[in-house]
Amino acid sequence: MKILVPVKRVIDYNVKPRIKADGTGVDLANVKMSMNPFDEIAVEEAIRLKEKGVASEVVAVSVGPAKAQETLRTALAMGADRAILVQTDDAVEPLAVAKILKGIADEEQPGLVILGKQAIDDDCNQTGQMLAALMGRPQGTFASEVACEDEHLLVTREVDGGFESVRLALPAVVTTDLRLNEPRYASLPNIMKAKSKPLATKSPTDYGVDTAPRLKTVKVSEPPVRQAGIKVPDVDTLVAKLKELGVA
Amino acid sequence: MSKILVWVEHDNAAIKDATLAAVTAASQIGEVHLLVAGSGCAAAGHAASQIVGIAKVYVADDVAYANALAENVAPLIVGLMSHHDAFVAPATSNGKNIAPRVAALLDVMQISDILSVDGPKTFTRPTYAGNAIATVESSDAKLVITVRGTAFIKAAPEGGSAPIEAVVGSGDAGLSSFVAAEIALSERPELTSAKVIVAGGRALKDADTFQATIFPLADTLGAAVGASRAAVDAGYVPNDYQIGQTGKIVAPDVYIAIGISGAIQHLAGMKDSGTIIAIDKDEDAPIFQIADLGLVADLFDAVPRLTHTLQEKK
Repeated sequence: MKILVPVKRVIDYNVKPRIKADGTGVDLANVKMSMNPFDEIAVEEAIRLKEKGVASEVVAVSVGPAKAQETLRTALAMGADRAILVQTDDAVEPLAVAKILKGIADEEQPGLVILGKQAIDDDCNQTGQMLAALMGRPQGTFASEVACEDEHLLVTREVDGGFESVRLALPAVVTTDLRLNEPRYASLPNIMKAKSKPLATKSPTDYGVDTAPRLKTVKVSEPPVRQAGIKVPDVDTLVAKLKELGVA
Repeated sequence: MSKILVWVEHDNAAIKDATLAAVTAASQIGEVHLLVAGSGCAAAGHAASQIVGIAKVYVADDVAYANALAENVAPLIVGLMSHHDAFVAPATSNGKNIAPRVAALLDVMQISDILSVDGPKTFTRPTYAGNAIATVESSDAKLVITVRGTAFIKAAPEGGSAPIEAVVGSGDAGLSSFVAAEIALSERPELTSAKVIVAGGRALKDADTFQATIFPLADTLGAAVGASRAAVDAGYVPNDYQIGQTGKIVAPDVYIAIGISGAIQHLAGMKDSGTIIAIDKDEDAPIFQIADLGLVADLFDAVPRLTHTLQEKK
């Protein structure tokens, strides 16, 4: 079984985003970029399935600028076999990304697609579900455990009240939650090896996808700022304040 | 006037709170219709018809809709969307699972987790863990929206009397089946609707210490219990306690953060709370920059004393 793993290049999760002075977006010039953390978990899961003998090949895909090659090289260094970059300098919305991924899935015929549940830049939480819909296949979102059984996939999902498990017919789409696994660090020899692994470059038009945005960003602004309050010296003062708030 | 279809989250009897906030958001766009899909969900359909401000309730009663499987529910919604202009779901784990599947089938770019309705097709939504609020305008013919429950007041659950109409969908898509759920039962209030939340962080050391320190204070205050991602990752409490960018988004009247330093992704989940109280021994912890009341103290000393003092005053 082949596994397709879409990954996104995003602002590093340790960086506090700064909004551009003209309110058109977040300033990404000279900001550290990394693989979206949920996608790292997806890559790790795919590699583990290959190590268990469930998967035969892991193909990493990214839709983004030329620099997204770095993100794909990270996936290759972790253990993916080859990569496809669908190169574009435009911002591509989840719907268009899902359409491009559908085109790739038609060509590659993966048994499973694993991707992050949400990108930490746009926080949309859509691409996996949209891809599953376009493929006409089932979706196991917010996965905390994945097990293959015959022609089915058993997915444990993190839901509001706890956990839920579903059985999906393959091929299927899985989106990862935080506790699915702990991604490995790529070793230096593997980083060197990754440089010679195949990386194909495509464009959205190769898949006949129009990436024109459906949503216009009118403006981007800072959230209302909370002011720091006061420090209380001891527990008794805190209790008095709680009483004023009516909770004690 | 545009017609808005809202997917109702329910347990076959009662309507979940997040849906009431989604109804408020939908009512700011147009005429609100509700969809109650489930198996044996007539009581939930009746409850939905009593929400104030509803023009119509559709009830789809079929075993295939029992567990809100997106593969089965999405086609049902897509069918109803032929005579609706917008689809709205609460941004709960079920809503977030179903809505994008609907959006893709309708060829619509979804607007996730909206905070406000600024125009017929204009909304604000959080990005970058709530550090950048984007105002977006859709150019799609129909809209698909999920609603952040804490950003809208809840519609009144009783007082309405909307007509109920039974609808039939295509049922089981044959792609997925529900196996089991492990839902934690608790006497405490639900996190996303609690008025007071006591949350603990990594400083609580281990699961036993977390329970022994946080739970008594929460019970004294009648509060829900939450946790930072660090505390959940360390196994102190189950995943459904997690508050933050990728966990639950909460906005109680009072939020008490204990041993939580205040990482960006945690703040994203609670910074809209009414009053934030922080107890931590590190006076430079970022949580104090947003806390209304801060107590710099060793939590293992301060929290039991706080609990004890509050119990005595009762």
